[in-house]
Amino acid sequence: MPTITLLILTFATAVIGLFIPIRYGNRFAFISSIAVFLYSLYLFITFPISADYQNVVDYPWIQSLGIHFKVGMDGISILMVMLTTFLTPLIIFSVRKSEPRPRAFYSLLLFMEMALIGVFVSMDGFLFYIFWEIALIPIYFICLLWGGKDRVRITLKFFIYTLTGSLFMLVGLIYLYLHTPGQHSFDIQSLYAAGRSLSAHAQCILFWFFFLAFGIKMPIFPLHTWQPDTYTDAPAQGTMMLSGIMLKMGIYGLIRWMIPMLPLGLAQNSEYVMWLAVAGVIYAGIIAFTQRDMKRLLAYSSISHVGLIAAGIFAFNQQGLQGGIIQMLSHGINVVGLFFVADIIQSRTGTRDLIALGGIRSKAPYLATVFAIIMLGAVALPLTDGFPGEFLLISGVFKYETTAGAVAGLTIIIGAVYMLRMYQRSMLGETSPSTDNFTDLTAAEKAVLIPIVIMVILIGICPNLFLRVSEPAIMKLLSGI
Amino acid sequence: MNTLIILSLLGVITLFAEIFRFRKGLFPLILIGLAAAFAVTVMDYNNPQVYYGMMNFDNYAVIFSCAILVIAFLWFMMAKNYFLQETSVTDHFALILFSLVGAIVMVSFNNLTMLFLGIEILSVSVYVLAASDKSNVMSNESGFKYFLMGSFATGFLLFGITLIYGVTGSFDLTTIQQHLSTSNETGLALAGVLLLLVGLSFKSSLAPFHFWAPDVYEGAPTTVTTYMATVVKTAAFAAFFRLFSNCFAGIAGHWTGVLWWMVVLTLFVGNISAVRQKSLKRMLAYSSVAHAGYIAIAIVSIGAASASAIFYYTFTYSISSISAFTILFIVSRHKGNKDISAFEGMSKANPLLSFAMTVAMLSLAGIPPTAGFFAKYYVFLTAIHNGNTLLVLIAVIAALIGVYYYFRVIIAMYFKPEQQLVPIKVGAMHRIVLIITTILTIFLGLFPDLLLGWL
Repeated sequence: MPTITLLILTFATAVIGLFIPIRYGNRFAFISSIAVFLYSLYLFITFPISADYQNVVDYPWIQSLGIHFKVGMDGISILMVMLTTFLTPLIIFSVRKSEPRPRAFYSLLLFMEMALIGVFVSMDGFLFYIFWEIALIPIYFICLLWGGKDRVRITLKFFIYTLTGSLFMLVGLIYLYLHTPGQHSFDIQSLYAAGRSLSAHAQCILFWFFFLAFGIKMPIFPLHTWQPDTYTDAPAQGTMMLSGIMLKMGIYGLIRWMIPMLPLGLAQNSEYVMWLAVAGVIYAGIIAFTQRDMKRLLAYSSISHVGLIAAGIFAFNQQGLQGGIIQMLSHGINVVGLFFVADIIQSRTGTRDLIALGGIRSKAPYLATVFAIIMLGAVALPLTDGFPGEFLLISGVFKYETTAGAVAGLTIIIGAVYMLRMYQRSMLGETSPSTDNFTDLTAAEKAVLIPIVIMVILIGICPNLFLRVSEPAIMKLLSGI
Repeated sequence: MNTLIILSLLGVITLFAEIFRFRKGLFPLILIGLAAAFAVTVMDYNNPQVYYGMMNFDNYAVIFSCAILVIAFLWFMMAKNYFLQETSVTDHFALILFSLVGAIVMVSFNNLTMLFLGIEILSVSVYVLAASDKSNVMSNESGFKYFLMGSFATGFLLFGITLIYGVTGSFDLTTIQQHLSTSNETGLALAGVLLLLVGLSFKSSLAPFHFWAPDVYEGAPTTVTTYMATVVKTAAFAAFFRLFSNCFAGIAGHWTGVLWWMVVLTLFVGNISAVRQKSLKRMLAYSSVAHAGYIAIAIVSIGAASASAIFYYTFTYSISSISAFTILFIVSRHKGNKDISAFEGMSKANPLLSFAMTVAMLSLAGIPPTAGFFAKYYVFLTAIHNGNTLLVLIAVIAALIGVYYYFRVIIAMYFKPEQQLVPIKVGAMHRIVLIITTILTIFLGLFPDLLLGWL
């Protein structure tokens, strides 16, 4: 039942939020998302360390087709749900008072939170697909209504790009559904059984259908071409949603659906996808190094980081998977913080161009410190949240293949180079005309950034707090049951 | 049978309404009549009746009759004002009612002559209606074109029926089916099947026999276009599938190959042509052609689930289309043109109208959680079940093209700057229609089981 409560709570607040008087819109959205967070925190604290699904609810939905409304959470799901419910209030709180049509904006954000939670808790293939697609609608409108100059073309490209992957996944799901034993069903266990019973050849083809969907969402090189434009042109909150949570849908899909369903497909293709992922790490890292626009730089850094996560997951060993999980959390937290800093800088100076910035530290020491901590987290300095994830991921890839591990390991150097360059260009040096009158963080901005900083350090110091939750589920996944 | 009697009586009464001058009470009377026809039809469910071997009111017929009546009910509510204010209401409503009689015959025939009669009753009424805006050249062209092309298709149909009769010696569906399954099929029978295929493809606008559709749809008054895109399309596909599943399922290998290519052609011609349209009405016409392609996938993959797939698809497509056409009607009245640009910036002054349009477009594009998604999903499921995976992959690509042009409307409403901030007035009837169709589109998408279990 708690799982459904989470979904209903977010959905109800999204609908009610549309009709609340405008003055209270902000407060209502914030308080309700905090309530959702506290509730999921309660679920997290009381979550038993076990490999089984908890809080499972199963209602027949479309009976004639064996489709159920079946939701539940295991160690992987609860962490993803926590990430969603932790970041959403921060994202909502980061909305500026001057945004036009605030109520619709908040409602779309809350609606999106509902869809994202739905993706992470679905235990029925059809339900998963529905939530997966529903998540696309609010973000499309967020980007279309509040985005930058070229938004119409870019958001449509983004929509059709991701829908392409989704529809191929749908075909794959239907194919698997028709191979489920006995009465056809979309239940996750039946789909696992159906996928595993297929020949290696069939699994291999289906693998690419699913890879297209998840690879576009993450995005993995070379399916990433929608991403930099979309991240750059979306409003700050849209970018945070996309990069902080939505791309985790793709990674989660890999772990939860694709790999357990198609183990032979992975075994046959892991060499290729591993190198695609590793190539993306290096390629995007190098491009990030040449960017002048902060948001674009962060977008490419995101591709690079996600490539490493994907590589760790395709390695399919304990280190890789656990590293992937913890890195999903820390990447989500870091990237939301970094995009918010970029948004703050843009709103003060009117530019994100690194050439035009500089010397902000002398004007805004608070911002500079916070930025430094989050940035170091993204660089994976020990004792920050990026470190345990990257360490585990790289050791996972090493275990799989030494060369791939060595190449992927370069990310530590490349990442440090572009991140430090961004920090140096924007924060250090002489002030420029655009940063002369820079003011430090307001209370509202601190309220968003301080929880992020706390999490950066908390995950860095005791990652085991989260790793132990997902460990049983990961071990179960690896044992192939 | 009672449904037919009620509808025919209703048509006759409507004709007399002009003489006896009770035009005011006519509209409620028609609605009540349709509701009564619906109730009578529902009572026949699970109670199949055969009338002298000519008509067979089995569950298939009952379900499709119900769908047609519901759609017609919504259509009357949508079209009421147009006909009351701008044309002579009685003859046009009578024509619609008679065409409904034809539609009911088309979904319940058990004999090829009845199929022919049904199609003719339906078509002749619609030819006249297409040209009903007498002072408009486009409307005249539309009616004339539809008539010429329709007669041409009828010729094919008749020729096909003749050949089938020549081989089997009967018009009766069961006899034909038995004859074709026992004897080695001859070339003559196959030629007949192909001619029937051509004739019915004309009626259901499958490429390459779709050329009449865009012009006819665009020229006819918007209300009549709505009728053609919903009721006529539903009836045409119901008849198509009834004939081919009852008679020719046994020799499916001989015609599915042809239909397979026609579907591929339809999907691409419909979707690609729709992309470049400026006029929303013409775009919807091409989209209607494209949707015919998706529906025909279920016929190509003829099997146990095909009937419910076609039923679900045609019904939900009709509901979303009524929604879209109603809004087009309202907006084009207000702005004076039927272009997509007429919708620019509409969302600020008319948020609810824009929302309804968005839901309709999402449904036509096949995005969850709307009914249009489940319709496509179910058709794809049927096709993959029958091993037509390649066709589904082609349809998926076509659907992606579809997203592009449906979203152009959404983008126009939400993104383009407002030209004038005058809220568009929506009449009470239109409001009710839009509320019903929007709710149905979402509700049937979430609970498709409501429609699936019946066939």
